[in-house]
Amino acid sequence: MDRHDLKHPELAAVEIEPLSRSDVLLKGVLAAGAVYGLGMVGPFLRQALAKSGGGDIDILNFALTLEYLESTFYKEAQTRAKASGDLKNLITLISGDEDQHVAALTASIKQLGGRPVSEPMFDFPYSDTAGFLKLAQTFEDTGVSAYNGAAPMISSKEVLASAGSIVQIEARHAAAIRLQNKMEPAPDAFDPSLDMPQVLKAVQPFIK
Amino acid sequence: MADQEKEGAVAERRTPRSENAVARMARDPVSRRKFMALTGGSTALAGFLAACGGGGSSTSSSSTTTSSSAGAIPPPPESMFGKGDLGILNYALTLEYLETAFYSDAVKSGLFNGSNLATIRKFGDEEAQHVAALTAAIKQSGGKPATAPKTNFPLNDANSVLMLAGTVENLGAAAYLGQAGNIQSADVLASALAIHSVEGRHAAALNTLLGQTIVPDGAFAKPADPMTVLNSVQPFIVS
Repeated sequence: MDRHDLKHPELAAVEIEPLSRSDVLLKGVLAAGAVYGLGMVGPFLRQALAKSGGGDIDILNFALTLEYLESTFYKEAQTRAKASGDLKNLITLISGDEDQHVAALTASIKQLGGRPVSEPMFDFPYSDTAGFLKLAQTFEDTGVSAYNGAAPMISSKEVLASAGSIVQIEARHAAAIRLQNKMEPAPDAFDPSLDMPQVLKAVQPFIK
Repeated sequence: MADQEKEGAVAERRTPRSENAVARMARDPVSRRKFMALTGGSTALAGFLAACGGGGSSTSSSSTTTSSSAGAIPPPPESMFGKGDLGILNYALTLEYLETAFYSDAVKSGLFNGSNLATIRKFGDEEAQHVAALTAAIKQSGGKPATAPKTNFPLNDANSVLMLAGTVENLGAAAYLGQAGNIQSADVLASALAIHSVEGRHAAALNTLLGQTIVPDGAFAKPADPMTVLNSVQPFIVS
């Protein structure tokens, strides 16, 4: 295929080291974007890829998108979740952590010379504490799987160390939320990982 | 107008792992001999720790002890565990042996029932799965898995056992985090991360049971260096 026929040749040039079967999916997403235009690719992947500077920045922007989601979710939850006691305290704690993650990822991206994605608008449909808890569990588990999926693609050891230090916190959040849900805090011996398209598909419904 | 193709937009490849460190380890006769000589039993581990000047009760109940400098966390001692990824896998395996033994003792102690007993069983089962996976990974790459150390854990009452569980899990999570940057193979890294986050879940669940904060290090987990980790577990290893 002649590169000059492509709407977005820079997407065709993005190389993914074949680490796993799931990378084929990301390649497919990128190939579709290269041929058909960025509309196929999903707004946040598009935004992340639009920033020049390399894979680590893209991954950090992907993580930042998720942290924006969690940060907004928990900020709202401080009133919307109608929680009391331990759960109320947990929400406050997690909210603070996610805010710090947003700040740190933003700073890292800038430090690497990249442009942080802008904060999306979100819509979280729940009307009671149980609904909040169900969504919270999904977001935390998905966050762990997203970081675990992306981390092996990170080039810089410093960025990897940051991602590792954040994912452990998300895992802790996940366990605590699951206990509030009277679910197993650690359902599996090995946390599953998800690739970027899978994660974006999971969170797309909540992005306005 | 310049060519539309943006060379700079090519995503950085993860540094290619030209030779898997484990394969290298299996090939190199000198390091293999040294390593095999030292995996004859837990005596080696106890001896090494003694030589390190291992402190006594350095296990704290909440926050992890960490490397003080901002520099990279060193890999685990080569003479003990082997080189490169194999060394890291054997270090992890050793910690998982300890955790498995601890949970097994805790279950047998009779100190627990109901949901706490279920938790301890479940976590112990998961640590045993970690042992199996790490052992398989080491063997698959032609390396020799470390042997399980002989252990002795204090089992005085339910609360102190839960506190020890929390300490060990928080430490284990920090140990894995400390090694992430040293792992050469993307596959080994993926496996280590899949375990690391589960240790984080265990730690937070135990912290919750004990009425402690789920995030003793705050919003960013801290890595621990191997000497700190090994010194912390030394009191529980008998030769």
